[in-house]
Amino acid sequence: MPVLCSNCIDKRAVLKRPKTGHSLCKECFFWAFEEEVHQTIVAAKLFKHGEKVGIAASGGKDSTVLAHVMKLLNERYNYGLELMLLSVDEGISGYRDDSLETVKRNQQQYELPLKIVSYEELYGWTMDAIVKQVGRKNNCTFCGVFRRQALDRGAIMLKVDKICTGHNADDVAETVLMNVLRGDIARLRRCTAISTASEGEGVVPRCKPLKYAYEKEIVLYAYFKKLDYFSTECIYSPNAYRGHARTFLKDLESVRPSSIMDIVHSGENLSVREGVKMPVQGTCKQCGYISSQALCKSCVLLEGLNRGLPKLGIGKHHRLHDKILSKQPLTEKEERKLKSVDF
Amino acid sequence: MCQVDEDYHEPLQRAEVPSVSKKCVKCKEGTAAVVIRAGDAFCRGCFKEYFIHKFRAVLGKHRVLYPGEKVLLAVSGGPSSCSMLSQVQEGLSQNAHKKLRFLPGIVFIDEGGAVGQSVEDRRRMVAELQAVFKATGFPFHVVPLEQVLDLPSSVVAAAPSPSERAAGAYKVAVGHFIQSDGVGVTLKREESAPADVQESSTHSLQQLIGSAKTLTAREDLLNTLRQHLLVHTARTEGYSKVMLGDNCTRLAVKLLTSISLGRGAQLAQDTGFSDSRYRDIILVRPMRDYSAKEIAYYNRMFCVPSVFIPSLDTKTADKSSIQRLTESFVTRLQADFPSTVSTIYRTSEKLQTCKSSSTADHCDRCLLCMCALDTAVENASAFQATLISEQLSQAKAPAATSAAIPRQNPAPMEPESTAATGQCCSSGGGEDCGKAVGGVGCCSSAKGPESTGLRSLLCYSCQLTIRDMSSVERLPHYILSEAQRRQRRSQMREEISEFLLDEGDEGD
Ligand SMILES: [Zn+2]
Ligand SMILES: [Zn+2]
Ligand SMILES: [Zn+2]
Ligand SMILES: [Zn+2]
Ligand SMILES: [Zn+2]
Repeated sequence: MPVLCSNCIDKRAVLKRPKTGHSLCKECFFWAFEEEVHQTIVAAKLFKHGEKVGIAASGGKDSTVLAHVMKLLNERYNYGLELMLLSVDEGISGYRDDSLETVKRNQQQYELPLKIVSYEELYGWTMDAIVKQVGRKNNCTFCGVFRRQALDRGAIMLKVDKICTGHNADDVAETVLMNVLRGDIARLRRCTAISTASEGEGVVPRCKPLKYAYEKEIVLYAYFKKLDYFSTECIYSPNAYRGHARTFLKDLESVRPSSIMDIVHSGENLSVREGVKMPVQGTCKQCGYISSQALCKSCVLLEGLNRGLPKLGIGKHHRLHDKILSKQPLTEKEERKLKSVDF
Repeated sequence: MCQVDEDYHEPLQRAEVPSVSKKCVKCKEGTAAVVIRAGDAFCRGCFKEYFIHKFRAVLGKHRVLYPGEKVLLAVSGGPSSCSMLSQVQEGLSQNAHKKLRFLPGIVFIDEGGAVGQSVEDRRRMVAELQAVFKATGFPFHVVPLEQVLDLPSSVVAAAPSPSERAAGAYKVAVGHFIQSDGVGVTLKREESAPADVQESSTHSLQQLIGSAKTLTAREDLLNTLRQHLLVHTARTEGYSKVMLGDNCTRLAVKLLTSISLGRGAQLAQDTGFSDSRYRDIILVRPMRDYSAKEIAYYNRMFCVPSVFIPSLDTKTADKSSIQRLTESFVTRLQADFPSTVSTIYRTSEKLQTCKSSSTADHCDRCLLCMCALDTAVENASAFQATLISEQLSQAKAPAATSAAIPRQNPAPMEPESTAATGQCCSSGGGEDCGKAVGGVGCCSSAKGPESTGLRSLLCYSCQLTIRDMSSVERLPHYILSEAQRRQRRSQMREEISEFLLDEGDEGD
């Protein structure tokens, strides 16, 4: 017996929404999905008419669906945005090469300009080369820090007003859990924000139009729309702790499907006690990027790579920042501590 | 009972005898008998001192217990609350270094009826605990959970806020206490024998718990009912504080559970040292600085008795409920990363309740958990996004309106079940149909028009619990009648709204 769509009560339902449990036909699901993103954009006032917006495109499902929906809504509701795709080439052979091909195909389909910035041209290091030096344990620290800055640099080259990223509800919920497990109260407070204003020079405001979209619905949308995306995970596995948070979230979702939104709701309603110390944001003395220390994370990581001391950027070595800035050599003892790859 | 506590028993035995006869780090003389953290090896005497000092320190730091005040210790029978009881005994004993000056009583809520224990088992368990309680010489109250069915609606109504007890009040109370020279505050020995439980009320309780279709909702409901009964007992017996035995390990699990259940706004109250949601009765958690491991060591070393009490999730699979899942997640993570519990716990110390609770109107408090409502429909929030999703997935949804912001309709109260609910779930609540199909089955959301009226009186998380119930009509009378009273109030306010000058400011 075919189930009827609970919205139009006319066509046959083809899917059960992971988010609400309703059975919907294809058209009603498309409509609901797009409309929800639109309502998010309107309610959170993410864009202004005439703005130039860079869509962070990795070739994966989130950014592919984001690019598709942004282009569609921009036309449907006349946002008046000038959209372009912005990609980062981390230099991971076999992974990024293929996903960049997907981005290039997307560019043609959606007729959007595309800018690719690479780690190699920005930092002189590919991820492959970094992993060769630091091993596989902490490479995601490098990847994450470098990508964040690379997107900003690319955005400035393109002169965009804003970057939108494909972060979905699952990502936000996972980050909330992560920050609780790490006890990172500053990030816990920030991580549910749907948009960030520019925090300083060299930092472009960002927003997450898919913040309330379930990952599973993004896959369903891409599947029924037959969107072309690259589905392999990064070959350098994420760090163990995030992996635990992810597994835990998936388990929670299987017990109670609304858990993802419930955790996002929790995150949005947390309130930090007055008097709890928060890091003060300043700028990096070397490159001018925002940083709560004398040197930004990316400069420290890079310095560590270039000096052959990969541990420099991992853990807390703030005392050494002055030495790095004044280009002084480190003592033998300091070097020994930072050299070992076994961390 | 909390799995986290139990799991410490095994490594405990191994750790108890340090390999070489190490010396105590404190006195440098005694032979080390326990290792609390890496490197912190204590001898027996120093460990006892450390443990006792910690209890005094936490009470001294927060200064919420007034001299001569009646304090009700909620003892579940588990290691943590039994340890709390022994600390209070210790602190009141004649040879105590700095004697505690409040007047303790004990309450035990017998939940055997809810978890399906036999009458004989309940009787045996209660007898065992009574022996422990009698030995303390404190007054004690054994209350079967069935009594929750007969509570007055004042339990969930707005309680009178306690008289302003500012910083000076503590000193005044100390003064009075010293003047009275402790005379007349000697403890009166009174015992309330466990009331006979009618079979029919056990049956009603089971139906109530069983009307929640998921174990997650069942556990949440049981927590709520237990708390209502604790607060009611405190009120009727003249206590103004209730001490809970939650330890640091337990609270870490609770914090993560609360986040997963959408209780971010209530986190500080759920896990903080003191919890003032009931206004006149303050809940305090003096065991929050102890790890489950420390407590297990202490209880074993100093023969603190505890009793095994089965709970709803005893012998259930990891994924049977959010609470159970979180507990096993934290336990496993703690084994790999020994700082997990303390890190999560420290997060809880940095949080506060969202809105200042003192100014909130009574009607703005959740009918079930009594915390300030976190359901104001704000632009671009998870709550609003969920409402939009539900609206867009059902017939009659205004498909074309673009920026319509859904409003919560103050629909008339309809406690009676009208809609036929999914068959497989409503079967007496015996099994958990959620776990078989990974929760995406018939139990998930998007139905239950009968509960819409009630929903508007609940916080985000309690709405989830109610959504998982096959019908709300089994809720105890005191909850339903208070719900009706609040509905009438809000209808009245609606009618006269145009004449009210300051919205939200009403003297009631
Ligand atoms: Zn349809
Ligand atoms: Zn990576
Ligand atoms: Zn820098
Ligand atoms: Zn000692
Ligand atoms: Zn509530």
